[in-house]
Amino acid sequence: MIKLTFIEPSGTSRQIDAALGTSIMQAATAAGVQGIAAECGGACMCATCHCLVVEAPAAGLPEMTETERDVLEFTSEEMQETSRLTCQIAVAEDLAGTVFKVVGR
Amino acid sequence: MAGVLRGTVIVGAGHGGTQAAVNLRENGYDRPVTLISADADFPYHKPPLSKSFMKTPDAPLQPLRGPSFFDDTAITTRLGTRVTGIDRAARRITLSTGETLDYEALVLATGTVARKLTVPGADLPGVHHLRTAEDARALRGALDGARRAVIVGGGFIGLEAAAMLAARGLEVTVVELAERLLGRAASAQVAAAIAADLEGQGVTLLTGTGVAALEAEAGRIAAVRLGDGRALPCDLVLAGIGAVPEVGLAEAAGLEIDNGIRVDARLATSDLAIFAIGDCCAFPHAASGRHLRLESVQNATDQARAVARTISGTETDFAAVPWFWSDIGETKLQIAGLAEGSDRSLRIAAPDTGALRAVYHLKGDRLLAVETLNSAGEHMLARRMLALGKTPDAALIEAGDIRAMKAFVTG
Repeated sequence: MIKLTFIEPSGTSRQIDAALGTSIMQAATAAGVQGIAAECGGACMCATCHCLVVEAPAAGLPEMTETERDVLEFTSEEMQETSRLTCQIAVAEDLAGTVFKVVGR
Repeated sequence: MAGVLRGTVIVGAGHGGTQAAVNLRENGYDRPVTLISADADFPYHKPPLSKSFMKTPDAPLQPLRGPSFFDDTAITTRLGTRVTGIDRAARRITLSTGETLDYEALVLATGTVARKLTVPGADLPGVHHLRTAEDARALRGALDGARRAVIVGGGFIGLEAAAMLAARGLEVTVVELAERLLGRAASAQVAAAIAADLEGQGVTLLTGTGVAALEAEAGRIAAVRLGDGRALPCDLVLAGIGAVPEVGLAEAAGLEIDNGIRVDARLATSDLAIFAIGDCCAFPHAASGRHLRLESVQNATDQARAVARTISGTETDFAAVPWFWSDIGETKLQIAGLAEGSDRSLRIAAPDTGALRAVYHLKGDRLLAVETLNSAGEHMLARRMLALGKTPDAALIEAGDIRAMKAFVTG
């Protein structure tokens, strides 16, 4: 279990516990982080788990797959340098303390 | 229940019902919210049931929200509970436990039930359907030791399951009455590409073929007898022949039914305190001027957002670009918009492989729908184009450069 922080669309900051082996999106929806609808359930096709990485872990985040980059590039919420689809990132020890800002819609 | 504040009661905890509860709270709705589900499982994602849930014997259900979320947000869940009646005059429902519950707003998100085969032998042990987690567990439990499966119906559920069963090493035959797969759901070009993929994975496809009977040996399914007299020996049958809207409760309450629970633009039924969303409702579709009923996660969740806004005090008409996806083996099919009524289709091939990548459906100069195969970014862009009502020239579409199309859309 690690701690992650999400800044919800309302501006509220929420710290959650995330279980290892799940995705960041699954941890966020389990905790009910607002603004993450996760409609496709983690299939990398709806972009409703889009977050900006506000504070990255020291070791950085895992690289994006081509599909994640592709979805982010063409979704209606413009991609930013720190954009990620949280369904594509597995919860791991070295991500502890990462801060995400929910893009929402 | 006298003295208890009336709130919103949601019947059905699938994608639509659960999202409605979530959005009521996100909107700041502070009255009681009760989410009632005949399904005993905690609200879960349905699409994985025919895919990842089948891959390993112990894959868990994927929850829509964690159990603590419902406690934290004061959403009362009543799982494994049916609603047996609606007293519209009193704005009160009765549960299978005999309890009653008063509402100010009632949301029917009752979904669909699997259409059942009506041929002789349809009830034999070994004949499965796939709508709920319970169905999926039964099917998954039957896979160990099964060698040959026959899938009746070449729709999305049947084809997703066919790919998954073939990947697990079963010998799989799909029997479809129509002349091609995905008859109402996808274009002939896309259906042909998917058929070729499935055949490449060893799945046998029998189109234009009816089922006459399911035959037993020792009390279990042993063969599917086809309309032409042939028998397909098997130890498992999955019927994926469509779904019918669950309208019994609404009908008994005297609400208007016409291919689903008929609603107005605000998703209100013929009783303005009762709303219907998702697979069970027929809603007015502005572009075609007709009432439509769609079976998709997107339709359910977008309608949930709209109805939650209305109940929270901001009257909202439902309008959204429909989109849909299906993972059939390694093929990711995505559909944005509705192709019905198109008079022109443009096929785009992937430049590297020449394989079909997308089909753009137009009516005159207007884009109606885009089907994509393994082209997720193009699908996202198609949704933007449809939402903005922007149609690139045929030449721009046919050039197949998605970035150039994005520049057109955002420029």
